This record gives sequence, structure tokens and C-alpha cells, in this order.
Amino acid sequence: MSVVGPHGPFGNRRPLDSGESLRSSGPPPARKRFDSAAAKSSSIALVSSVVVFTVLAFIVVNAPGWPSVQQYFLNEHWFWYSLPKIVDAFGVNVRLFCTAEVLILVLGLLIAVMRSLPGPVFFPVRLIATIYADIFRALPSLLIIFILGFGIPGLGIAGVPTDPFLYAVVALTLVYSAYVSEVYRAGIESIHPSQEAAARSLGLNRFQSLRYVIVPQAVRRVIPPLLNDFIGLQKDTVLVSSIGVVEAFRESQIIEGAKFNSTPYMALALIFIVITIPLARFTDWLVARDRRRFAASAR
Amino acid sequence: MNEQTVAADTVVAGSANAGVPAASTSPALEVAGLWKSFGDLQVLRGIDLTVAEHEVVCLIGSSGSGKSTLLRCINLLEPIDAGRIIVEGNEITAPGVNVNRIRRRIGIVFQSFNLFPHMSVLSNVTLAPRKALGMSKVQAAAEATALLERFGLADKRNEYPDRLSGGQQQRVAIVRALAMKPDLLLLDEITSALDPELVAEVLNVIRELGRGGMTMVIATHEMGFARDIASRVCFLDQGTILEQGSPSDIFSRPREARTQQFLQRIIEAGRL
Repeated sequence: MSVVGPHGPFGNRRPLDSGESLRSSGPPPARKRFDSAAAKSSSIALVSSVVVFTVLAFIVVNAPGWPSVQQYFLNEHWFWYSLPKIVDAFGVNVRLFCTAEVLILVLGLLIAVMRSLPGPVFFPVRLIATIYADIFRALPSLLIIFILGFGIPGLGIAGVPTDPFLYAVVALTLVYSAYVSEVYRAGIESIHPSQEAAARSLGLNRFQSLRYVIVPQAVRRVIPPLLNDFIGLQKDTVLVSSIGVVEAFRESQIIEGAKFNSTPYMALALIFIVITIPLARFTDWLVARDRRRFAASAR
Repeated sequence: MNEQTVAADTVVAGSANAGVPAASTSPALEVAGLWKSFGDLQVLRGIDLTVAEHEVVCLIGSSGSGKSTLLRCINLLEPIDAGRIIVEGNEITAPGVNVNRIRRRIGIVFQSFNLFPHMSVLSNVTLAPRKALGMSKVQAAAEATALLERFGLADKRNEYPDRLSGGQQQRVAIVRALAMKPDLLLLDEITSALDPELVAEVLNVIRELGRGGMTMVIATHEMGFARDIASRVCFLDQGTILEQGSPSDIFSRPREARTQQFLQRIIEAGRL
């Protein structure tokens, strides 16, 4: 207890150090000492990471099933065989999430605005929007994709399209708009009522206040969580393989079935990592930037 | 153009007060028996107030006396419980009145500026003329620029509000209200959120507006300013106008004990 002190093992040593250096030779050595402390902590991080990952690799490689896992999941030959085919099929996923995302951003905002309309006249509108958001957040995405993708064409009504891609877009749009509408709504509610008072006091009507004053500010605030939902959508595009859309996951299944090797799944995993991790980093960066801005404006 | 104006005047005169020009008889603002409560809290308890055209009325009183609520009620930002509000002969509290059209004629400036942070100064000022009055972008920008120039803000027209000082922000808020060419301007403690050294620049703007004949109702804690600018001072106490009169009457010879008490506290605080 007395050795470690209240601030951890270095807590009782560091202030003394910097005090000494300030007295003896001014700020530059203090800065140098800080740099060396940073270097020290990063070298500790490096060593501990190397140790941990070496141990993990050792355990995996010496597992009894490792040779067959390597053969069936990490086979170099089948990796390079399947990668171009899967990248090609991934184009369908890209088309799917890009189309759906545009529709989601529009429908989600519409639902959010519907839920934000005040007054008793708009009660039915709020009710419809609330029921929509509740139901589509309650149901698993896969279930909705199944119900729409098989159910509606199954009705056999003349003129109803049968293209599974279309139902995939509709199903994902319905599911994600429910989530996205909640994100928008949180954004709308985070705008201080004085902004609406200012807009209304100038003679703008309720719709104009939303359109020009409230929503533009709300959307700026919710861009990071919207990007998060977008990442989720990208990953969920593989679910539509269940209704017969030949996208990257279905393509991997086809190759696996033909070649009796699961390496195509690893190729697909790699593609998702390459696509989504930069977006996730970008989202984190946006959040951090917004936090800094908030800190600056609240000074 | 002239014929239309004459015709419109005749209609107004005919409907309101037969044979007499409307402008000379109808006060700019008439508040009669206004009651307003928030839940159990009765904030306004029977306010009667008449403001003539070109008059500058200052509302003074302690915090919670109902000054801000009265201004928000006049601008229909708060629904009222009882009473009538009449602007230039038209009752704005009557059922079925288009509140958006009323608000275009009544400007309000808030204590906390409430500029739109996502818009430049120019867009803040031109938004309402363009969207509520249907003014063209070019004309709205030209008029806004002229107003900004008049109040020394021309070089700030492309800045965003967070780059401006509090005093500049509040002057932009005043310009934004003026861009709608209101008949009546309501000012709700517009200097209370400002650093002391920025108060003067904002009050000077209001003084200039007063000289220009703008009808204004001003809720304020700046007693020196109220004494300077007001044609009439109203002392609000517990939701009623307890005493009103010329600045010299109210500040030098207050009749009511509560008014004397209030002013005594202001003097002790060194603000008069």
C-alpha cells in the first residue's frame, strides 16, 4: 500500500522528478523526460503484445485439430482461387448496401420527423411511426428478409416482381430505417427548444423550422451513430443470401460446396475487414473531433 | 400600388373603426386581462398594457415577476390562459388567427441570442425573409447587408456565430429580427448574458432604433438604460403591473412600497 501509493507505482515518483528538472534546468529537460516516459510505456506495450500474441499463436498452432483447420480454412491455393470470384460477387453486396442506405437515410428521417410532430392532431401519425419503429426493431432481420422474399412473390399476384434483390433492398431498408429513425429522433430532441422558438418567432412555420433549423443541426450531430448503423448494414447484406441472392456469402458457399474447402469464408472475412475497419476508424475520428469541438465551444 | 394601399386602408378602417383612419386610433399593442400559468404557478395575473406607436416601454421587476413570460405571450410563443392581445387593431389571440403571419410583424430578441449555429451571419438574417416572406435570395441578401452595415457588422456577414463575441452575436440577433421589418420589437433581457464591457454596443443599437421610431417593449435589468430610453416604465410584481409611469416618476418618485423596495435593492447593488 505504502509502496504503490494513491496514483499507482509511479504516482509518487513522477511529480518529484519533474519538480527537480524544473528547478535545475527549465522546461526542455522536463519535456525530454516526458518523451522518454512515453517511449518507455510504448516499448512496454510492444513487449507485452509480442508475448501475448506469441503465446496465443503457439497454443493455436499446437492444437490437435490445427493441421485440418489449416487445410480447410487457411488453404493458400483455395484462397487465391476464390478471392477474385468473391470480390466479384461482393459487388452485389455493395450495390445492395448503397441502394438501401440511400433509402434508409430518407425513410428513417421521415419516420423520425413523423414521431417528432407535436400536438393532438398528429397523434395518428405519431402512432403509425411508433408502431413501425417498434415492430421492425423487434423482429430479427433474417425473419423479415424471409417473410418478404418468399411471402410476397409467393402470393402469385400478377405483376408483382419476383427479383429477390428487390426484396432484399426492401427488407434491409425497412429494418434499418427503424433503427436510423431512432438515431435521427435523438438528434432532433437534442436541439435546444430555444432554436425552434427563434425560428418560429421569425414567422417560419413548423415545417420550415424543422427543415431549415432543427433537422440540419440534428443530422450533423448524429453522423457518427449513422455511420455505425451503416457498418451494421454492410455486414447484414450477407443475410439476403437466404432468399437466393447470389452475393459474396452465397458465392463462398457455392465454392465451398464444389471444392470441399472453407477457405472462401476467410477470403470473404478479409474483404469485410478491409471495407469496414476504415469506416469504423473514420467514425471514431468523427466522434473524437465532435467531442473536442464541444469542449471548445463550452469553454 | 397607391390605389391598392388606399383600398386596404379603407377596409381596415371600415372594419375596425368606421370613418377614422386605423393608424391614429389603434395602439401598436394592447394587452387586456392577460393570465398565464405554468402548471400550478401563476406567472401573469391580469396584465393590462397599452403601447402606442413609436413608444418604448420598459418592463422592470425582479426575476420571476413575469417580464419574459409577458413578452413570449405577446409573440404567441406561449399559449395564454385568459385575456386578449391586440396588435394594431387586430386581435391576435382570436381563434383561427394565422400565428405565423402575426409573428412576422412582431420581432423578438432573446437573452441567449439563439442564433442558428449552422448558418453564416448572412444566412441567419436572410432565412426568414426568404422562407416566410418569399423574398428573392438576391433582394434578401442586399437588404440584410444594408442592415448589417448599419450596425457595423458588414465584415462579419460570412462568419459563423461561434466566431463572434457575445455583443456581436446579440447585434446579429437584433438585425435578424429587424430584417422582417417588424411593427413591434420585443427585447427580452438582451444584455443579461453579456460580459459587462459588451453591454454598451448592444444598448447603443437599441437607442438608435428608439430614435428611429421603432415601437419596442423591453424587459431589462439595466435601469440606467431604461431611464434613458423609455417613454414609459412598468414595474411588474408577482404577475401584475403594479406601477407605471414616466422614467422620472418611477425612478425618482415611486409610489408603491414594492417599487421603492425593488429600486432600493438595485441602488444597493450599484446598478442605478
